[in-house]
Amino acid sequence: MKTNFDQFKGSTDYVTSEALRNAVNLSIALGRPLLIRGEPGTGKTQLAHSIARGLDKKLITWHIKSTTKAQDGLYVYDTVQRLNDSRFGDKNVADIKQYIKKGKLGQAFASTEQVVLLIDEIDKADIEFPNDLLNEIDEMSFYIPETNETVNTIHRPITVITSNAEKELPDAFLRRCVFHFIEFPNPELMEQIVRVHFPDIKNNLIQEAMKTFYNLREVDEFRKKPSTSELIDWIKALLACETPIDKISKEVPYAGALLKKENDYDYFINNYLKNGLSGVRRRL
Amino acid sequence: MFTGFFYTLRRRKVPVSITEWMTLMEAMQKGCISTLDDFYYLARAILIKSEAHYDHYDVAFQEYFNGIEGTVDISEQIQEWLKDPLTLKRFLEQYPELRNDMEMQELLRELEKRLKEQTEQHDGGSKWVGRGGTSPFGHSGYNPAGIRIGGEGGGRHAVKIAAERRFRNYASDLTLDVRQIKVALRRLRQLSRTGPEDELDLEKTISATAKNVGDIQLIWRRARKNTVKLLLLMDVGGSMEPFAMLCSQLFSAANSSTHFKDFQFYYFHNCIYDNVYNNIERFEAINTEHLLHTLESDYKLIMVGDARMAPWELTERYGAIDYYYRNETPGIVWMKRIAEHFTHCVWLNPDEPQYWNHSTVQAIGRLFPMYPLTIDGLEEAMKKLIVKQ
Repeated sequence: MKTNFDQFKGSTDYVTSEALRNAVNLSIALGRPLLIRGEPGTGKTQLAHSIARGLDKKLITWHIKSTTKAQDGLYVYDTVQRLNDSRFGDKNVADIKQYIKKGKLGQAFASTEQVVLLIDEIDKADIEFPNDLLNEIDEMSFYIPETNETVNTIHRPITVITSNAEKELPDAFLRRCVFHFIEFPNPELMEQIVRVHFPDIKNNLIQEAMKTFYNLREVDEFRKKPSTSELIDWIKALLACETPIDKISKEVPYAGALLKKENDYDYFINNYLKNGLSGVRRRL
Repeated sequence: MFTGFFYTLRRRKVPVSITEWMTLMEAMQKGCISTLDDFYYLARAILIKSEAHYDHYDVAFQEYFNGIEGTVDISEQIQEWLKDPLTLKRFLEQYPELRNDMEMQELLRELEKRLKEQTEQHDGGSKWVGRGGTSPFGHSGYNPAGIRIGGEGGGRHAVKIAAERRFRNYASDLTLDVRQIKVALRRLRQLSRTGPEDELDLEKTISATAKNVGDIQLIWRRARKNTVKLLLLMDVGGSMEPFAMLCSQLFSAANSSTHFKDFQFYYFHNCIYDNVYNNIERFEAINTEHLLHTLESDYKLIMVGDARMAPWELTERYGAIDYYYRNETPGIVWMKRIAEHFTHCVWLNPDEPQYWNHSTVQAIGRLFPMYPLTIDGLEEAMKKLIVKQ
């Protein structure tokens, strides 16, 4: 019964670990959403892009904000537009269908081909938000009372949900998901990731940059430690400005690309740059 | 299949449900799993929903598939205690050489070793872990910098938490989690209409339109927003150490609740005097006087602490537990001023109510309505905060 389980193998510009590939393929096989957690900047959102590219499918992204309601993802009934049209009368207002606008979730369900659906940063929304989506995620269908219509999925979308663990997600929701925690990459994996982004990069530049980067990550005082995406940005800056290699670890040019918080940057200038690693407090 | 593994996980306190187990069975039936390696990753993806449980999963996996009993990791618990800012601060002050990474590791190992060697309760002396004495490990006595194991500064019988594993029980008996706290905090809502008029008032629009003989007249109104402002004052360190985890959950729930108009928090140690702290580890303080001046009296105040201290800490001039901290005004006077300033205040006590029969707890209980830090207590406290007075 083993039917093409190993569909997702990563894409050329995104390096995955075996555990992550397995989790993705499992979520596809079971038709259940994949919940991804991990430090900011470890490529949670990029994963969905990579799946879409790797499997050659369309990507639908639903960015969650603190004001997002579950209903917004399904459909919106534009009553104000209808009211307006009834006044000026250039449309047939009896046809309610034209005022039903499908949300991202609705589009993914109704699509005639299988799509990749990314629900980005689900923990930004209200604490009850995931609960409101339980049934829709189980059944992958919903009912529109205004038009007496049920939207059914033809192909279950490959659903990727990312979370920064700002809010605890409800148990009932978690039970329906496949979960994976993206660990912070070890230096070997990190080197692979950097090479995917900068294929022509010089060996000694990679080594100097990674050394500085992992040193900075050891500083305990930083509120936001630099992560993968910051490293990539920083290397991009180093390459663009053709920074001499011997300057990298001594002066840490363009450190603003690595440290995004003012406090962190001040601490870096006052302690790290003056005294190096001995001047900062490190993890015990 | 592997039903024993399910129970092994449950025994390791991993919250696995039958739904998830059935999903795993479905995955196996579909042929997703062919080797034990696959099983390891896939079962983890299906069964475990938080990285916090990854370790428990590993232990359970080893136990079930190798028949190896996992070992109790005492050093992990010690690390837990050391996360408490006050313990760590005092500890490092006393032993500056310990800032070095290696020696810290050694020290932890040493403590672990002694805990294992020690079989009976111990008072005094300089080697064993126990009560009094000058050993850097243990509780109270002359060495405030020691790791106060048991953490009960008020003089209940000495409990060796590492030996009795009381701390671990807290984790498993803990009925409050962040989500539950948040749900309770949502009670703190007082909606009023503020901001720009950008919400369509449908009913008024309909009646205005009807009066206008069918010509549409849109009526806008202000959106309803929560006006509750919250101030959280938390006791940290000392006798609060066993509750550090509970308190940090309360804090993270309050801090990530988005529905407050304003949320402020400060720390104190045992009792409030001239200062409260933004960051107790670095002694970043603000004036209590200033706090009372700048925060309106309609801030809802939640105090968190066990209210348990030596009587003089509450009633005496210069009574503060920190020896070098010279308070001119006794703590009880400060407490009274705070309680009188805010119209709505409660005190949440993580200690069980049966231990509240203590002079300072009772004195503070007369100033602030006191509730236990449990689901029920929290709900009651929130009700108290929201009623009109």
